[in-house]
Amino acid sequence: MTDIQQLVGELVKKHGTKREKLLPILQGVIEKERSLSDYAMIEIAKQLGISAADVYGTATFYSFMDTEPRGENIIRVCKTITCFMKGKNQILLALEDALKIKLGETTPDKKFTLLETNCLGWCHKAPAMLINDEIYTDLTIERVHEIIGEYKNK
Amino acid sequence: MSKMVNLKINGIDVSVEAGTTILEAAEKLKIKIPVLCYHKDLCIAGNCRVCVVEVVGSRKLVAACATPVNEGLEILTNSLLVRNARKDIIELLLSEHNADCTKCYRNGNCELQDLAAEYKITNQDFIDLAHGTYTIDDLSPSIVKDDSRCIRCQRCVRTCTELQSVGALSVAHKGSEMKISTFFDRNIREVVCTNCGQCVIHCPTGALVEKTYIERVWDAIADPTKHVVVQTATAVRIGLGEELELDAGSRVTGKMVSALKRLGFDSVLDTDFTADLTIMEEGTELLHRLKANLVEGDTSEPLPLTTSCSPGWVKFFEHTFPDMLDHMSTCKSPQQMFGALAKTYFAKKIEVDPENMVSVSIMPCTAKKYEADRPEMRDSGQKDVDYVLTTRELAVMIKQAGIQFSDLPEEKYDSIMGQSTGAAVIFGATGGVMEAALRTAYEIVTGREVPFENLNITPVRGLEGVREASVKIENVLPDWKFLEGAELKCCVAHGLANARKVMEKVQNKEVEYHFIEIMACPGGCLGGGGQPIPTNDEIRKKRMDAIYEEDANMTLRKSHENPEVVQIYKEFLGEPLGKESHKLLHTEYFERQRY
Amino acid sequence: MGKNMLKRIDLIFKNEHDTDEILSKIFKRSNDDLINDLIGSGLKGRGGAGFPTGLKWKLTSEAKDDEKYVICNADEGEPGTFKDREILTQVPHKVLTGMAVCGRIIGAKKGFIYLRGEYNFLKPHLNEEIDKFHAILKKLGSDFRIEIFSGSGAYICGEESSLMESMEGKRGEPRNKPPFPTEKGYLGKPTVINNVETLAHAWTIFKYGPKKFRDLGVQDSRGSKLFSVSGDTPIAGIYELELGMSLQDFVDDFGDDDCKAVQVGGAAGFCVPRKKFRETAIGYQGKLTGISLPTGGSMMLFNSSRSMYNVLKNYLEFFEEESCGQCTPCRVGCQQLLEGIEAVKRGEKHQHYLNKLLRLSETMKMTAKCGLGQSVANSFSSIVENFREEMIY
Ligand SMILES: Cc1cc2nc3c(=O)[nH]c(=O)nc-3n(C[C@H](O)[C@H](O)[C@H](O)COP(=O)(O)O)c2cc1C
Ligand code: SF4
Ligand code: SF4
Ligand code: SF4
Ligand code: SF4
Ligand code: FES
Ligand code: FES
Repeated sequence: MTDIQQLVGELVKKHGTKREKLLPILQGVIEKERSLSDYAMIEIAKQLGISAADVYGTATFYSFMDTEPRGENIIRVCKTITCFMKGKNQILLALEDALKIKLGETTPDKKFTLLETNCLGWCHKAPAMLINDEIYTDLTIERVHEIIGEYKNK
Repeated sequence: MSKMVNLKINGIDVSVEAGTTILEAAEKLKIKIPVLCYHKDLCIAGNCRVCVVEVVGSRKLVAACATPVNEGLEILTNSLLVRNARKDIIELLLSEHNADCTKCYRNGNCELQDLAAEYKITNQDFIDLAHGTYTIDDLSPSIVKDDSRCIRCQRCVRTCTELQSVGALSVAHKGSEMKISTFFDRNIREVVCTNCGQCVIHCPTGALVEKTYIERVWDAIADPTKHVVVQTATAVRIGLGEELELDAGSRVTGKMVSALKRLGFDSVLDTDFTADLTIMEEGTELLHRLKANLVEGDTSEPLPLTTSCSPGWVKFFEHTFPDMLDHMSTCKSPQQMFGALAKTYFAKKIEVDPENMVSVSIMPCTAKKYEADRPEMRDSGQKDVDYVLTTRELAVMIKQAGIQFSDLPEEKYDSIMGQSTGAAVIFGATGGVMEAALRTAYEIVTGREVPFENLNITPVRGLEGVREASVKIENVLPDWKFLEGAELKCCVAHGLANARKVMEKVQNKEVEYHFIEIMACPGGCLGGGGQPIPTNDEIRKKRMDAIYEEDANMTLRKSHENPEVVQIYKEFLGEPLGKESHKLLHTEYFERQRY
Repeated sequence: MGKNMLKRIDLIFKNEHDTDEILSKIFKRSNDDLINDLIGSGLKGRGGAGFPTGLKWKLTSEAKDDEKYVICNADEGEPGTFKDREILTQVPHKVLTGMAVCGRIIGAKKGFIYLRGEYNFLKPHLNEEIDKFHAILKKLGSDFRIEIFSGSGAYICGEESSLMESMEGKRGEPRNKPPFPTEKGYLGKPTVINNVETLAHAWTIFKYGPKKFRDLGVQDSRGSKLFSVSGDTPIAGIYELELGMSLQDFVDDFGDDDCKAVQVGGAAGFCVPRKKFRETAIGYQGKLTGISLPTGGSMMLFNSSRSMYNVLKNYLEFFEEESCGQCTPCRVGCQQLLEGIEAVKRGEKHQHYLNKLLRLSETMKMTAKCGLGQSVANSFSSIVENFREEMIY
């Protein structure tokens, strides 16, 4: 049994095989793997008795369900109006600078992926970004370098 | 009786049952409301929005296809508001569409084109969003998927999921990126697609079409060194007329033969001949399995036996029930039996080097294109069937050749391998193989005709998704003593969703059948993926009536009575399931992946 | 600025934790009685659409089915809205109480909180609160249970039928309506779905009686409401204010003295230019004089340094991406509006093209399948009409 099969097996054990459990299972895989591979989706489809294309179609609907390999830490910078007004572009540049990658890319050491996302619900403390499930607000260029430094040292 | 609801459409009173949609109520008044995502075979999606109508007193328009009527509603289907909105929507669709109709396979039979024509969309103010970033997948032997012609109505996805339960297609991504996709957007040929072509006949546009081989067939015909043999499946003769301006259900066998001869095919033969042969082989296989299982306790070739003449079904089975492959009859489909015999038996008869023979088949089916491509299908030493054309493609050739179809005389198939029986004709309808097999098997076992009036085994006929029948076998001939008093339990299913249901029951041992007939397409081959567009239940019914009429009008109605069949066993094959049959007429199956 | 014209209300975040007591009192009352309180309070949905909450619960209680569900909509994706997050952080027990009471009334045994993926960090805390709450329910003999369902980054899943599709493990494509969730909701069963804040208000209403709530606000916009205030304001944050206030008063309180426009209700809402602040009130569309704008609570302020073209472009990019993509007017319409204003800005299309786009947005409003596509016209027409020059030059 591959690691993925084992992971999916555990998730299926926890959640069951009903269609309603598809999202929790996909989220479980994402939590561990950061993205959904074709193997993972085929295994999930098999366990839930649905078509693999259906799993793929469902997963790609949700922007947090990446189907491309992602780094250990996924950074999502809010690009919606208030963050945009409050300097999101500078934050993005600072991140690109700190990580030496462009928006949409993953660092060669697979530690970080840099993405944009829509309103995070922290507009009163814009600009904001998520790193995995952690929220960072009132961002400044200095703060960005600090945060990335912390993650690099983790 | 359910409650009636009264409403007004365009000022006309109408009374319909509660739960009726506005679209259906309008239909009752013969008021046409344009639709795109709506298809009678499928569940309601309500996503294209071209069917919007005005409800007097409301500020929003509603989708007629998706909105049930209410008492006292006043609907306007052609108000200024409706017309402007509808025109905007059509314009929007065209703006994301690669609308160079002249280069499109569906040019002339396209629902979007019709609408654009109806609304005279001549200006295109909106920005062209079709920037040519779309992909065309033409790697499948059967299906071409051209995303640039897709209006995202999801008819194909609903077809592939609901009718077929295959799930090769799904909707992926969202927003402006939303598209119809396979698993990880792989090529159709790499995924679970059965090549049934149901998505093709349900697609309103040129986004999903059959892979065409017309040009290659013309080339072969034009090549003087080639002897081009054509075979025609049964459902073509009751479908072809629709593509050539005749009514649904027109029987055009003789005209079709005549057209094929004029197109320049060297031998015009009939797949129905091998349909009869299939019955001989499959019927014998069934009896053989019954004996092995019931008398000898040998379950290596288990019951129930399932038919194998529908290649979409075969591929579905290989993907879906890999543990049950030994239930599938080893008989090739009639097309492939024909192909193998054409380049052996027939070639020898007419003294043509099989290398110089091109074997073409006309099928109501897109899966047959794929089947002909299977590497196993080379038992004659060459590709047994070189090119498969659909009913629609044949119609195109006839039009290209300038033939006035309705004026053609009726002609007869060439011989040999041109003769058939009513039993073969009904192969084209769901239940037909079952009925044909019973007509023969019952007679082999008892020496008497099946105990149904005029040989019409009506319990296995119809459009019900799954049908069961059982035939009591009594007073058998001495060889078949073990079947005395037995009840032969049969099941017929069409459309792969129904097939899945039945096979899951078999898998879970919830049912005990001996013989199961399955056709991948709803209605059987008469509703195949290569048949005229549109196809819906009303049309399927007409085609079905035509098939049973054709059967009733035949003198020979049982496969074992086909003199050419008797002859081929005597001259060439020996006996059913014999050595030569085994080599040419039977095949094997393989487990396939799950995406 | 900072004139404090508007009365600050302190109901939702009021520090009170007598959940046991309140619930045991409520559970002793009859369903009819409770529904009447809710209807009497005049509470309308705080998620944006403003459907009367009492009526929604009543309809669902009347639907005949063995299984029913209560869903708390915590998908909070509307740009500029962040108050639900704060409710779930500070006073989750009030929301849970609202759900349990709803469950009792309609006959549901199961409740879900659909929590947007962006708020995953709230889960540990919320789950603790749910456990505590379950213990209270158990003591009171109720077997109602609440579970969190996480979203995964899709604004459209805040739309109720899309949310239910998502919970059923599918793409969040909105359904045809009717049937409405009160009749056929989650798994086809009658379902009440309410915004986080709506459910929190239920606490106040059941604890203090309908009058306390009803006395706030005006006419058919009753009660207080949380406002998420962001943009060009020195005091961005969450404020509980009475419904019915004039936008001028709001700007006087929250603006930076240079406010040129307020976007009321997020990207799906309306943009009000300075000259219309006075005649605009915040509440549900009703008999108020002048313009009355409903809102899920998003108030974004823009000062004169902002280009309204950039604002609109940002909104349209948002919609183009977050539309589910199933229906023509919305999927293609959003792209046309976006590319259209860009083309006008670049001079590739004549400024008259804006009129064609305005008409298109009207078509979208009339024909789109769900609220998303229907509401794009709100911001589009209000910005294009009021700031036409900024669109062109
Ligand atoms: C595009 C769209 C997004 C929505 N997002 C939310 C949301 O994030 N939270 C919410 O409570 N309601 C949202 N709604 C409204 C819901 O559909 C629904 O009306 C609401 O949850 C009902 O609760 P209420 O009556 O308590 O407001 C949204 C509606 C639309 C059309
Ligand atoms: S799909 Fe229809 S409208 Fe589109 S190019 Fe083909 S014929 Fe024309
Ligand atoms: S491929 Fe055809 S049926 Fe499928 S969504 Fe596109 S236009 Fe509709
Ligand atoms: S050909 Fe049949 S199986 Fe293949 S995608 Fe189309 S409907 Fe699905
Ligand atoms: S309006 Fe937009 S979000 Fe709503 S159903 Fe249509 S495409 Fe989807
Ligand atoms: S706009 Fe960035 S958090 Fe809302
Ligand atoms: S036909 Fe009604 S919405 Fe498409």
